[in-house]
Amino acid sequence: MESNLNYIFELQYAMDTFYFLVTGALVMWMAAGFAMLEAGLVRSKNTTEILAKNVSLFAVACTMYMICGYAIMYDGGVFLSGITTVAEMDDAAVAAVLASSTEAGFGDMSDYSGASDFFFQVVFVATAMSIVSGAVAERMKLWAFLFFAVVMTGLIYPMEGSWTWGGASVFGMFELNYSDYAGSGIVHLAGAAAALAGVLLLGPRKGKYAADGSVKPIPGANMPLATLGTFILWMGWFGFNGGSTLKLGGIGVANEVANVFLNTNAAAAGGLIGALIVSRILFGKADLTMILNGALAGLVAITADPASPGPLASTIVGLIGGIIVVFSILAFDKLKIDDPVGALSVHGVVGIFGVMVVCVTGGASVSGQIVGILTIFIWVFVTSFIVWLILKMIMGIRVSEEEEAEGVDMSECGVVAYPEFVNN
Amino acid sequence: MKMINAIIKPFKLDDVREALSEIGVQGITVTEVKGFGRQKGHTELYRGAEYVVDFLPKLKIEVAVTDASLDQTIETITKAANTGKIGDGKIFISDITQAIRIRTGESGEEAI
Repeated sequence: MESNLNYIFELQYAMDTFYFLVTGALVMWMAAGFAMLEAGLVRSKNTTEILAKNVSLFAVACTMYMICGYAIMYDGGVFLSGITTVAEMDDAAVAAVLASSTEAGFGDMSDYSGASDFFFQVVFVATAMSIVSGAVAERMKLWAFLFFAVVMTGLIYPMEGSWTWGGASVFGMFELNYSDYAGSGIVHLAGAAAALAGVLLLGPRKGKYAADGSVKPIPGANMPLATLGTFILWMGWFGFNGGSTLKLGGIGVANEVANVFLNTNAAAAGGLIGALIVSRILFGKADLTMILNGALAGLVAITADPASPGPLASTIVGLIGGIIVVFSILAFDKLKIDDPVGALSVHGVVGIFGVMVVCVTGGASVSGQIVGILTIFIWVFVTSFIVWLILKMIMGIRVSEEEEAEGVDMSECGVVAYPEFVNN
Repeated sequence: MKMINAIIKPFKLDDVREALSEIGVQGITVTEVKGFGRQKGHTELYRGAEYVVDFLPKLKIEVAVTDASLDQTIETITKAANTGKIGDGKIFISDITQAIRIRTGESGEEAI
């Protein structure tokens, strides 16, 4: 009898580990989504650079989080010294895990591989960082961005992550009473806060805002890529929200996971419809770029609590997010804050909305959510602003006017995305 | 020898090409261009910001013809490219000083 139980515990361990790995891989796939979405919404002369930015930030994020980020956020040990290696997982170690599993029973936090936990967490860091790349597109120096990424992924994000998911107190001063299932605030608002700090110091693209107050559109070069990117993000989000359940092995929790997938999808659909309708009403036509932002807004909106609501409520949460995002995009342009892909609106403004919605759907405390939002935003915005400022003073963060006109593909990468159209 | 430069609506290319081959014109060069004449543009919105679409996609067709076939070629192109709606395009004629076939070195009207 006891040995059968051991097999079941081993299976549960394996299943929960497997779940982290697969959902982590789905979130990793979101990096492709961001890359394609951004590549589609910038001009062709800036395509290579934004792709280089996206792949590089992913690599930087994974490395910095391994070096110190995970240690800061979860006490995981510098250079992941706290994680059991393959060599260390000998028979005695397995027996020890089995013993602790038996003691815990089929409870909430069964065991799983520490390496799988890191894998799942590291892809979230990369997601937060990639939010910044779209907002600063077409005029930022690539290397300034990457240096910022080192600090954001190694320190800034892990700190606020430690106060929230990590459960630590904020500099020993107070503890947060903050509910954020998969990170509307912790990941999305944080990314947007870092982006906002950068965009304010960077300035708008040349020619975007005329002296008379009119806004000049700078259309993206590739709508198929932008759409593909959005669908990739949509699918990856099943891992983003689904994996945040943190466990699969059990009837109750499996049901929770299923509802999370369902609600995530419903919110995306609602967000898209919301943006579609608003676009039709305001512009008379279906602006694809707004619709894509709407789907993503729906996803961000549900991310703080994809488990508690029913499917209709999730659709409505998404719908409201999709409506908000269109107006937010227009508002940022009115404020002359240039955001080529709408990242500040999708992740920042709707991120805040998503966090506050948990007061309605998940019974979070209003003050707890507000304090959480303010803590995350102020920490990330201020530290990011300082880092961007230092970078601006040391090396400059903006390319020259000629480089911006010629396209950052040439100046930052020396590789043009579509060379046949330039020189046969 | 004359060079015919015809700016036409893009979807008219097949009609013009077929009509030209029917009268025996053997060579043609096509470029994608943008332009406007008296055809006015219109405004569109991208993410809520207005922009004027005044440059419209057109095709530029270049055909080199002998003096003898000039009038017939002009008439053929005009008929084939015509829709009766604004923006049909224009034809410009210029003199060719010399023409050479690269493969054989032929020049003059033989090269056309």
